[in-house]
Amino acid sequence: MIPLSYYLTLSAVVFLTGIVGVLIRRNIIIILLSVELMLNATNINFVAFSQYFHNVAGQVFVFFALTVAAAEVAVGLAIVIALHRAKATINVDEFQLLKW
Amino acid sequence: MELLFFYYFALIIAGSSLLVVAFRNPIYSALALLIMFFHVAGLYVTLHAEFLAAVQVIVYAGAILVLYLFVVMLLNLKQDDRYHRQWPMAAVVGATLAVEAVMLTWLKGRTPPPMPPSQGSAVEGLGNTEALGDVLYSTYLFPFEVASLILLVAMIGAIVLAKKDIGGAPQES
Repeated sequence: MIPLSYYLTLSAVVFLTGIVGVLIRRNIIIILLSVELMLNATNINFVAFSQYFHNVAGQVFVFFALTVAAAEVAVGLAIVIALHRAKATINVDEFQLLKW
Repeated sequence: MELLFFYYFALIIAGSSLLVVAFRNPIYSALALLIMFFHVAGLYVTLHAEFLAAVQVIVYAGAILVLYLFVVMLLNLKQDDRYHRQWPMAAVVGATLAVEAVMLTWLKGRTPPPMPPSQGSAVEGLGNTEALGDVLYSTYLFPFEVASLILLVAMIGAIVLAKKDIGGAPQES
């Protein structure tokens, strides 16, 4: 039986990678991929706790997180396409219309 | 044996998630993410969540990642991006969170062994998919309906956002 803390450590590593990826990359698509990394890290946590407490509710929540991830990808990529159509780039530094 | 499988999956998951952030070409990043999704599915199998493993492969690897690759190839990107100017701040945030994670693992890392299954939960004895469906369609019926509503809104929103001439376009033509 693998201790729960191993799963939590793995999840923390993946989540940290996602956060750093969101902060340092300038390509919107990579930023969205890093958000997927973070969602997967939370999913690992949910499933590990579900196994630990013998409660299937954690897996149900992974199901909902999956739904939200799918919705996020659909809307996010539509926004990326709209932005690319407007400015012909997907570098986040170029989108500074709200910056004064 | 169990521990060996866990180390394999954990190593590949951590390594490929680092590669997702490190690759310059978005297609390589997406393919590294594909490897990571498959290994997360393997980890779910070792955690006795077989249904979620199948859903992970079908939805994440089959649908979401294909969508990403589709957009990357549609936009035909030049790979000219360097790292962001704010990387020192990112390093500070990442280091702070890493130190916090290490400290928490150090201080509270030893968890008690898993508790025995309680009598009320109808999980044991059923298959994984059966148990999941049982809970999903009884206790979590309302969130399930809300999730379908979220998908509907996302579908309409994606169509509206990505359509070329919407709003202000002449209707008579």
